[in-house]
Amino acid sequence: MKTIGSVAVAVFRESVRDRVFYNLVLFALLLVAASILIGQLTAGQDVKIIKDLGLAATSLFGLFIAVFVGINLVSKELDRRSVYPLFAKPIRRFEFILGKYAGLLLTLLINIAVMTIAIYGALYLLSRGVPEPVQRAWDAPAMDPALLEAIALIYLNLAVVTAVALFFSTYSSPMLAAVFTLGVYVAGQFTADLRRFDIIVNSPTAVAVAKACYYVLPDFAKFDIKLAVVHGIPVSGAYLASTAAYAAIYVAALLFGAVMIFSRRDFK
Amino acid sequence: MRLASLWEGRAAAGAAAAFCLGAAVALRAAEDRWPAPKVDRPELLYLHSPAIARRLVLGYDGIAADVYWIRALQHFGEERLSSRTHVRTYVLLYPLLDLTTTLDPYFSIAYRFGAIFLGEAYPGGPGRPDLAIVLLQKGLAAQPTKWQYLQDLGFVYYWHLHDFKAAAAAFQRASEIPGAPSWLRPLAAVTLAEGGHRESSRALWRQLAQSDEPWLRDSAKLRLAQLDAMDVIESLQARVQTFRDAHPGEAVTWDRLVAAGLLPGIPLDSSGTPFALEAATGAITVSGASKLFPLPGQIQAPR
Repeated sequence: MKTIGSVAVAVFRESVRDRVFYNLVLFALLLVAASILIGQLTAGQDVKIIKDLGLAATSLFGLFIAVFVGINLVSKELDRRSVYPLFAKPIRRFEFILGKYAGLLLTLLINIAVMTIAIYGALYLLSRGVPEPVQRAWDAPAMDPALLEAIALIYLNLAVVTAVALFFSTYSSPMLAAVFTLGVYVAGQFTADLRRFDIIVNSPTAVAVAKACYYVLPDFAKFDIKLAVVHGIPVSGAYLASTAAYAAIYVAALLFGAVMIFSRRDFK
Repeated sequence: MRLASLWEGRAAAGAAAAFCLGAAVALRAAEDRWPAPKVDRPELLYLHSPAIARRLVLGYDGIAADVYWIRALQHFGEERLSSRTHVRTYVLLYPLLDLTTTLDPYFSIAYRFGAIFLGEAYPGGPGRPDLAIVLLQKGLAAQPTKWQYLQDLGFVYYWHLHDFKAAAAAFQRASEIPGAPSWLRPLAAVTLAEGGHRESSRALWRQLAQSDEPWLRDSAKLRLAQLDAMDVIESLQARVQTFRDAHPGEAVTWDRLVAAGLLPGIPLDSSGTPFALEAATGAITVSGASKLFPLPGQIQAPR
């Protein structure tokens, strides 16, 4: 456990050195500029749009970090050949993989936490001084704590994406791993369509393959409750719990797979 | 020596970058000073299918809906404020609102404001109350308990289509939804009994003028001002008739009415614009330059 922690801290330090957190500056600038401009453009929908923009940007920036840092987690060590002296130390391969994963999750957590504070800050500034009757017309209050539910699911979504990227990075080049990860991410948005494939296709084989993909591919649409939260539509605790369980199981499956592949690689 | 050449290299590259940036800025400024002749070309919407749009945005439905909503606002505003030589078509308004509300089915303002835009008489809007109804019914399909959509539906039937029976039915359905305000039920009865009467219409808009939505309040205030203008026009029309009875066959102008002592001065509507008077027929209406233009039924939209 201590070894996993040490690898995780090293990954986090490396992302700080690699200026991964510079994206936060861009995020802050985006929110500030949007807060100033949106009110002029949107016929009183500024709070809704800042929520949409904040959640979308959190998700998108996180996605880029998860994919483009995730795919390099293993390959970078191999390219630099730093993996060889590392395994001369008492580090087991599964500890290396889990540490790398935990380190990127920590980076994403810090990133998302700062973005959350920025979103609430922008919403506070926008809603300050707005008359009570106007606030009553909003679907949900500006400083709605339910936003945290959407942000929590974005984080779980990114946890799965990171696991997918790490899985592919254990056996392919960074470029291919990026293509595979983004491919899985896009396909994972359409799993509901795969389930209903029999409506448009007659071939039983194609339907069976689609159904298999439906069950095997991660259902990324499941993590998206942004619209519901922005409109103040309640999301049940059971849904949040089942989605968290789904993410945990899927991540576990991918990490086991990654450890298995990585354990078979020959570094002599 | 090597350091000096490195510095020279960097300085040269920096100077070249600054020069190129300066040239780009100068070119831009020149374009602004001598703009190319403006071509009145129709706006394009590359993506018409809401179902495909929903797939393409990969879960970023909310922000994509906001972008299309802003485009809908800009399209409506640009067409409405365009020069008189431009033929206003508002052709993209409904597709943009359809995309917006498919991407975000709970976007209340897009349904409600969109219905007002679509129903607005030409040339202030496309004059398509039929599409306003389609949009509101789409909203009701997404949120059947949203009484506000039924209230707006009632207004479209009442104000634009003069279908008082359908308007009353919509108000009645709205009043039956839990949480609907108590004034909707009597509104349904008034609409059915006194449909088409200006006073009942005024009562409807006064209710909307109490809305929490600032834009809806503004819209209701405009409608109330239009109703007031229609009252004033009626009273002015009586004075014009008095003049025409006294001077049969003569052209009638505001100046002549003032000179005849029938008016104290040229009458202005609530936006401060003189009413338009047709010299040959004596017909009065609000001027095309007025904020109240067009009054209901003043101009028909091209289809």
